[in-house]
Amino acid sequence: MPEAGLLAILPMNEIVFFLNKVVIAGFIIGSVYALGAVGVTLIFGILRFAHFPHGDMMTAGAFVALVLLWIFPGAGAAVGLPTAFVLMPIAMAVTALFAVGLDRTFYRPMRKAGVKPVVMVMTSIGVMLMMQGLLRLFAGTGTRQLYVDTDAKDIYRIPLGGRDLVITEPQLLLFATTIVAVVALHLFLTRSRMGKAMRAVSDNPDLARVSGISIDHVVRTTWLIAGALAAAGGTLLALDVTLKPDLSYNIILPIFAAAIVGGVGQPYGAIAGGLLVGFSETLAVFNWSVLLRPLRPYLPEFIEIPAKLAFVPTEYKIVVPFFILVAVLIWRPTGIFKGRVNI
Amino acid sequence: MSPSLREAGLFAGLALLVAGIFAWLGAAYGVRMLAEAACYAIIALGLTIQWGYAGLFNVGLMGFVAIAAFTTVLVSFPVNDAFWQGDGPVMLGQVALTLVIGVAVTILLSRSTRIGLPKGLRTALTLVAAAITYLAVQGQLDPAATLIEREAGFVGGLGLPVWMGWVAGGLVAGLLGWAMGRITLGLRADYMAIATLGIAEIVKAFLKNADWLTRGTLTVSPLPWPVPTPQELGFVASRSAYLAVTAVMIVVLYVLLERAWHSPWGRMMRAIRDNEVSAAAMGKDINRRRLEMFIVGNFIIGLGGAALITFTTIFDPSSFAPLNHTFLIWVMVILGGAGNNLGAIFGALLVYVIWIMSEPVAVFLFTTAEQWGESLFGWEAPSDLYTRALQMRVFVIGLTITLVLRFAPKGLLPEKVVKYD
Repeated sequence: MPEAGLLAILPMNEIVFFLNKVVIAGFIIGSVYALGAVGVTLIFGILRFAHFPHGDMMTAGAFVALVLLWIFPGAGAAVGLPTAFVLMPIAMAVTALFAVGLDRTFYRPMRKAGVKPVVMVMTSIGVMLMMQGLLRLFAGTGTRQLYVDTDAKDIYRIPLGGRDLVITEPQLLLFATTIVAVVALHLFLTRSRMGKAMRAVSDNPDLARVSGISIDHVVRTTWLIAGALAAAGGTLLALDVTLKPDLSYNIILPIFAAAIVGGVGQPYGAIAGGLLVGFSETLAVFNWSVLLRPLRPYLPEFIEIPAKLAFVPTEYKIVVPFFILVAVLIWRPTGIFKGRVNI
Repeated sequence: MSPSLREAGLFAGLALLVAGIFAWLGAAYGVRMLAEAACYAIIALGLTIQWGYAGLFNVGLMGFVAIAAFTTVLVSFPVNDAFWQGDGPVMLGQVALTLVIGVAVTILLSRSTRIGLPKGLRTALTLVAAAITYLAVQGQLDPAATLIEREAGFVGGLGLPVWMGWVAGGLVAGLLGWAMGRITLGLRADYMAIATLGIAEIVKAFLKNADWLTRGTLTVSPLPWPVPTPQELGFVASRSAYLAVTAVMIVVLYVLLERAWHSPWGRMMRAIRDNEVSAAAMGKDINRRRLEMFIVGNFIIGLGGAALITFTTIFDPSSFAPLNHTFLIWVMVILGGAGNNLGAIFGALLVYVIWIMSEPVAVFLFTTAEQWGESLFGWEAPSDLYTRALQMRVFVIGLTITLVLRFAPKGLLPEKVVKYD
C-alpha cells in the first residue's frame, strides 16, 4: 500500500517528538498566556493601565482552588474529573469577587482622584508586591501539588508508529476550558448588552458615557471577567505542572507580550497573541538537530549536524517574549489586531 | 511650617535614629549601614532624575545595577593569568570579529533600499543575515566558553583602578538605557515599564548563565575597594573611609543636580513632564530630551549600583532579586519626595535604616506570634517561618507604595515649585 510506504519513509519518531515538544507544549502554555492576556487587555482597554498583579491574581486563583480542595476533598471522585477542576468554577467566582474588591480598595480611589496613568501603574505594582508578600507569607515558598486525586494523572498515549503522542488529562481540560472561554467571551462581547457596552467604553469612553452607559457597571464587569479567567488559567497551569508562589513572576512578561502583540484592548488579539508567544517559546528552545538527523543520509558530507541546535538555550527562555515585544513595539506598535498605543 | 524648618526637623530626627543604632549595635555595624544607605542614595538620585524630573517609569533598576556591577568586576578585578595565557583570548577575538562582520553586513543590508532593492526583499535579507550572524556567533562562542571555563574558570578582570570600573559601569548602564529608551520612549509609559522589567530579567539571566564571563552562581569575590580594606585598617576605619568616598560622590552629584534643576534645561524638563503637549508646541523635542534624562539617570544608577556591589565585596548574579530591591528604591524616592534631590537622599537613608531594622523586628514579631499561638491554641508553626517572616517586608513595601501614592503623593519633602513672576 502506498500509505504504508509513505509512513515507512517518514521519520515518525522524530515528527511525533516535534509534535509533543512544540505543538502540544506550545498550545498548553499558549492557552495559559491567552487566558491571562485577555484579562490584561480588557483592563488595558477599559481602565487604560497595565495591570501588573495579573500573574499574582492567577496564582491567587490557584491557591483558592487549593483551599477549596482541602474543604471538599471528595468532589472530584463523584464526577470522575480532577477535584481541583471540579472546584474551579467556585475558585473563579471567588477570584472574580476578589478582583472587584481590589479595584474598590486600591484603584477606584486613584481613578476618582484623576491621577495620571503612570501613577495607576505604580499603584498596581504596589498591589503586586502586597499580593506576593501575602501569598508567600501564607503559603511559604515551597512547591505544592494541585493534582491530589488518588489515581495518577490519566495519560493518553496515541500510537502513531514509533513514539507515542502524549497528552495528559489536565492538558485536555486546559484545551477544553480555553475553547469554551473563548467562545463564551465572543458571544458575550458581541451579543449581550453589557458586552457591547464594554466595547463601546473601550473604543470611546466619553461617547459611551454620554450615551448613557454606566461606566461603573462596565468596570465591575471587566474585573469580574478578568478575575475569573485569571483564576481558570492559574488553576489549570498549576494542575498541569505544580503550584508555587513564583508562578506569577514567570508568566507576567509573556502575558504582557501577548496582550501587546495582539493589540491592546483586543480580546481576540490577546488570544492569538498568547498562542503566538507560547508557540514561539517552544519553537525557540526546541532542539532542531532531532529533526535534521533523519536527513543525514541525504546531506553532503561537509555539513555537520551538531548535537544541540536550538535558537535559544532553555535558560534564556525569558528572552523570547521580550524579543517579540520589542519587535512589535518597533515595527507595529498597534499590534497585529490594530489596538491603540496612545490613549 | 517652612520648608527649610521641615528639612532640618526631618534630618535631625534621622540623625537621632542613626545615633541610637550606633549606640545599640556598635560603630562597625552603624558605619556599614550608613555606607550602604549612601550607595542607595546615589541610586535614588538617579531615579529621581528619571521619575521626578522627567516622569519616566523605570522598573528595571536592578538590571541596570547588575550590568554596572558586572562591568566594575570586569574592569577592576585582578587579571586572571590562566585566561590570558591560554587559547581563550584568541577564540574570543574570533567571536568578536564574526560579530562585527555580521552586524556590519546586517546593517548594510538593512540600508539596501538605497541601491534600489524592494522593501520586502530588504527585510527578508536583513532577517536572514541577522539569523546567520546569531547562529555563527553562538556556534563559535560555545567551544570558547567551554574552553575558558575548563582552563581558567572565567575571564577575570583588567586590574584597573576601582573608580574607572565605577565610571565604566555607569557608562554601560547608560548605554543600555539609550537602547531601551530608543525603543520605548515614543510610546506610552506602561510599555516602558514592561520593557524595562524585561531587560532586567534578561540581564539577570545572562549574568547568571554566562559562566565563562561572570563565574555565574560561583560568584566573584573579593572585589577590590577604592580605599584600604578592613583587613588593613580594621572595620570601622575602612568602612568610614568608604562612607567618605560615597558621601563625596553624593555631595558632588547633589550640587550638579541642583544646578541642573534651576537651569533653563531643568525648567524645560519640568515643562515636558507637566504638560507634554504645550512643551511640544513650544518646539521642544520631547523624546530626545527624555532620552537624555533616561541616560543620565541610568548613568547615576549604574554608578551607585557599582559602589553598592563593591562595598559588599561579592558579585553574585543571583542576588539581584528584582522586585524587593527595585521597589525599595522606588519607595525611597516617592516617600522622600519625587523631584526633590534632598528628598531622595533623605528617603534613601530613612528607608534603608528602616529596611535593615525591619528584619530583626519581623523575626521577633513572628517568633512571638508563634509562641503565643502554641501556648494558647496549640498551633504548630510551619518550619520555614523565618523565610516567611521576611516576605512580610515585601508586603510592607507594596503597602507603603499604595499608601504614599494615595495619601501623600508629594512625599515627605515635597518638590519646591519655582514661581516665575
